[in-house]
Amino acid sequence: MSTTTPAAPAPSALNASRTTATAARVLRQLRHDPRTIALMILIPCLMLILLRYVFDASPRTFDTIGASLLGVFPLITMFLVTSIATLRERTSGTLERLLALPLGKADIIAGYALAFGALAVVQSALATGLAVWVLGLDVTGSAWLLLLVALLDALLGTALGLFVSAFAASEFQAVQFMPAVIFPQLLLCGLFTPRSDMHPVLEALSDVLPMSYAVDGMNEVLHHGDLTATFVRDVAIVAGCAVLVLGLGAATLRRRTA
Amino acid sequence: MMNYATEPPPPSPAPEVPTVPAVHADDLTVVRGPRTVLHHLRFTVPRGRITGLLGPSGCGKSTLMRAIAGTQANVTGTLDVLGRPAGHPTLRSRVGYVTQAPSVYDDLTVRQNLHYFAAILDPGRAAAERRHQHVTQAIADVDLTRHADALAGNLSGGQRGRVSLAVALLGTPELLVLDEPTVGLDPVLRRDLWALFHDLAATRGTTLLVSSHVMDEAERCHRLLLMREGAVLADDTPEALRTRTGTDTVESAFLRLVDEAAASRTKENTR
Repeated sequence: MSTTTPAAPAPSALNASRTTATAARVLRQLRHDPRTIALMILIPCLMLILLRYVFDASPRTFDTIGASLLGVFPLITMFLVTSIATLRERTSGTLERLLALPLGKADIIAGYALAFGALAVVQSALATGLAVWVLGLDVTGSAWLLLLVALLDALLGTALGLFVSAFAASEFQAVQFMPAVIFPQLLLCGLFTPRSDMHPVLEALSDVLPMSYAVDGMNEVLHHGDLTATFVRDVAIVAGCAVLVLGLGAATLRRRTA
Repeated sequence: MMNYATEPPPPSPAPEVPTVPAVHADDLTVVRGPRTVLHHLRFTVPRGRITGLLGPSGCGKSTLMRAIAGTQANVTGTLDVLGRPAGHPTLRSRVGYVTQAPSVYDDLTVRQNLHYFAAILDPGRAAAERRHQHVTQAIADVDLTRHADALAGNLSGGQRGRVSLAVALLGTPELLVLDEPTVGLDPVLRRDLWALFHDLAATRGTTLLVSSHVMDEAERCHRLLLMREGAVLADDTPEALRTRTGTDTVESAFLRLVDEAAASRTKENTR
């Protein structure tokens, strides 16, 4: 028995070992669920193939919509997976247990972001590769930049999912947050019609929604061979939003509950 | 774990008892929503002993345990755990807490569950060998070695409860707070778990606070806290309780105390 107290853990600082242990644990859980992994990876690819032949007669339309969707898919998938996964963690009591251990809130959030980020890399790489090299998506810029935006979108999806899971009491509610949080952004992001053509109120609204910048960034890569200032701004906004929402998500983790 | 010595509490004193009690509460009140669940509790849990927290379901046992573990909000009054205010960051590795519902990952194996929680308690590559030992020991302690590589979700309720207990054993905590750890277990397993609890107290000097609503488990504890409707009815040893109330079992002692409390309340009201 130890009467000596171990060194006091710094609860707020990020601990690399605990973060990677958490990320590894999340991935290990997923490995026991191969069907979910297959769905996450394959569905975006299948959608792109579908889209390619829907716009069989107009490859230019496929270029625009396909590029935008490369940014939207990771956001939606990661949003769904993260919100359900963290909701489960909350309802199973494991979150309470973790928070009663010397584990920082930042470690949990970063662990989840790392695990789903890794999955997003695989998903986005496959989808981008398929779109550019197989389906003939015509990008002027580098495919790597598409991948970068896709990855940031996935991170944003993870962040939003973590955040909204705090407001869902059941899986039913969590799934309903997807139309509530994602669909308005999908309608307003400029995918269906340029944002400048919208009603001024909606255009203003779309200016503050992060997905608008995700889609805008994809279109910048599509049309420009070099790094434009707009692209840099878009990437910075999406990354900034992801970090901000991750911070909000951390604030919803409470060590003491009523 | 099957070969621990006798089951009833050995009267031997704890190996070494540090001066600060494991838990000290004074005027402890907890409010949950509109309801005051715990009313001005005052009690002390000594170190190195097994203290049973007994009372009917809904009397506030779980809330008290959550307060001690530091996960309960709206706690007022004094509540010191191992000499620090409950929930203090340094207590997180010194207190093991097992909730009533098993809190483990159903989609991980028993071993993977334990390895993850071990990595939180004792992080870093350098500690890998030590972690492996602790995990193997904890799985053996709860008699799940044969199921170490089964998914927790595929185990029975009692087995999952023991996985949850094994997690709390990691890192040899000084205080173990166990919320109804023997619910739904067969008599053999129940006896083995109590033998484990006594072994932890005797050889590792661990303090255990074990809740139960089954009164026959009370006889296995060194000390008892009897609770009813958010108040402590008695804080004594099982023998002393039986002698004081002139009864044979803790169950009858409890009923006697409830009746006495009710009688004195009516007296007060009619006065």
